[in-house]
Amino acid sequence: MLRLQTESAAYTQAEQGASWGRIAGALALATAVALFAGFLVLPIVALLLRVPVSALGEYATRPVVLDALKLSLFTSLCSLGLMLALGTPVAFVLARHRFAGKSLLETLIEMPVVLPPAVAGVALLLAFGRRGLLGPLLDTAGVELAFTTAAVVLAQTFVASPFYLRSAQAAFQSVPVELEQVAATEGAGRWARFWNVILPLSLPGITGGAIIAWARALAEFGATILFAGNFQGRTQTMPLAIYTQMESDLNAAIIMSAILVCSSFALLVTFRWLSRSQMESTGT
Amino acid sequence: MEESMRLQYRVVRIIAGVLALSVLTILTGCAQRPPASAPQATSTRGAATPATQAPSDSQRTVVVFAASSLKEAFEELGSNLEKQGVEVEYNLGGSQALAAQLAQGARADVFASADLRNMQSAIDAGVIVSGTQRVLATNRLVVVTQGAGTGTGTGTVAITDLHDLMRPGLRLVLADRTVPVGNYSLQMLDRLAADPAYGPGFKERVLANVVSYENNVRQVLAKVQLGEADAGIVYATDASTTTLRTIPVPDRYSPLARYYIAPLKDAPHPQAASRFIAYALSDEGQQILQNHGFGRAQEGK
Repeated sequence: MLRLQTESAAYTQAEQGASWGRIAGALALATAVALFAGFLVLPIVALLLRVPVSALGEYATRPVVLDALKLSLFTSLCSLGLMLALGTPVAFVLARHRFAGKSLLETLIEMPVVLPPAVAGVALLLAFGRRGLLGPLLDTAGVELAFTTAAVVLAQTFVASPFYLRSAQAAFQSVPVELEQVAATEGAGRWARFWNVILPLSLPGITGGAIIAWARALAEFGATILFAGNFQGRTQTMPLAIYTQMESDLNAAIIMSAILVCSSFALLVTFRWLSRSQMESTGT
Repeated sequence: MEESMRLQYRVVRIIAGVLALSVLTILTGCAQRPPASAPQATSTRGAATPATQAPSDSQRTVVVFAASSLKEAFEELGSNLEKQGVEVEYNLGGSQALAAQLAQGARADVFASADLRNMQSAIDAGVIVSGTQRVLATNRLVVVTQGAGTGTGTGTVAITDLHDLMRPGLRLVLADRTVPVGNYSLQMLDRLAADPAYGPGFKERVLANVVSYENNVRQVLAKVQLGEADAGIVYATDASTTTLRTIPVPDRYSPLARYYIAPLKDAPHPQAASRFIAYALSDEGQQILQNHGFGRAQEGK
């Protein structure tokens, strides 16, 4: 309360150009930054401090940890492949074409970002489950999804693809249309223009999007546990293994969490580096 | 132009200020525990509280961490207690999850575990005093399954007795072995496998059908209700909350699940905690538990 008052006082003083007001304002800002940054960093520090270093090797080679690690890598890479193969054309269409209902489509595609993962899990069950909307259809086709690794991939793709689509669309949009027109006057066909002009220039942005979507897929929990169940080696990814171990063996949960913290950090750093080079490559 | 921008700036500042204020208010509101209430009219049970002292917070609210299978029974206990002026708040979950939360310092008054193992782990963690735990009730296992011919799941494997649990292609859901009911389920399979009528390979063949190990008993039930799984092993009391078909497990195979209840060592509301426990163990409380399908506490001794 008190800080708020000094802050608003600082504003009025600053308008009159008084220097003490500026100092107070700067102090208030610095406090806010320090408090907030501390709030965000503290939990991660607390987690890393609790890692039982001496037993690290023993825990990290446990079947429950190894199975979850392998499954998480495999499923998230599958999801990434799906997103790249199916999402790239969608992102390109959204970046280069105008059509009726485009804005609605964009909104719908972004829904999973704001949807609680548990809701995504229930929705996936009601769509692809045995009693779901497509249940009878899948059944006749002989496809079973619930409780399979494929269900994990579907859940991850569902929640992560908006992150890829958004980045890829922005990357395509940042390539000037004039460049493409120049290539066209020099006789380059549609495919050649995409392959030789657009793709190289938007590659950093696309890769960045892929990385952030991959990180999101690795982190997926709520939709997976509801839609795919919890079975070691088949549907128990790292976050599910952390949740299950948390209740019986805290150390195993902490070590798996630390692994995810490190990999997420590495992915985020790569993403930031790539988005900077995207800006440089297209001059935006 | 400049004028309107100034105005916009001012509006934004006002909005930001209001937002900051409300966030602050909410934060301080959350952080502060509800203030000790000013003297009020004494509760209806005058004998329980000295007339000179108004009922303090420690007598009016009780935070109960309870195994999810106790949900309906405890809700009924709670609503009866609320009529006596004791407010009950529940945190329901797998007993192993609750024990882990308590060991990590979660504030609670009462812990009701579906087995001794997790009560013991709370004792080992130092949050419950050994010897203060009492048997609350007992429970048995049943197999739940979708009734034949319901829904659209054409791939459903129908089961009619315990032998069917090993039918190839059956989709069985159990609770994880860390969850009390999951542990009891494995014990049940051991007992069945020891019976020549089922054969020594019974347990392995049944476990080969397991498609998921859920984190609490209600999730097992939900997977069967949704039709995603053909069958699951749950408590008799859980089965009675649904319309699912149940296959009873004879007593000689089903381990007797013993529920334990105890006050937390550092309960914020110790008096309310002992009131809750006393009521749960009273004839009236035991009758409510029985109405929900639990066995009497005495059976568990």
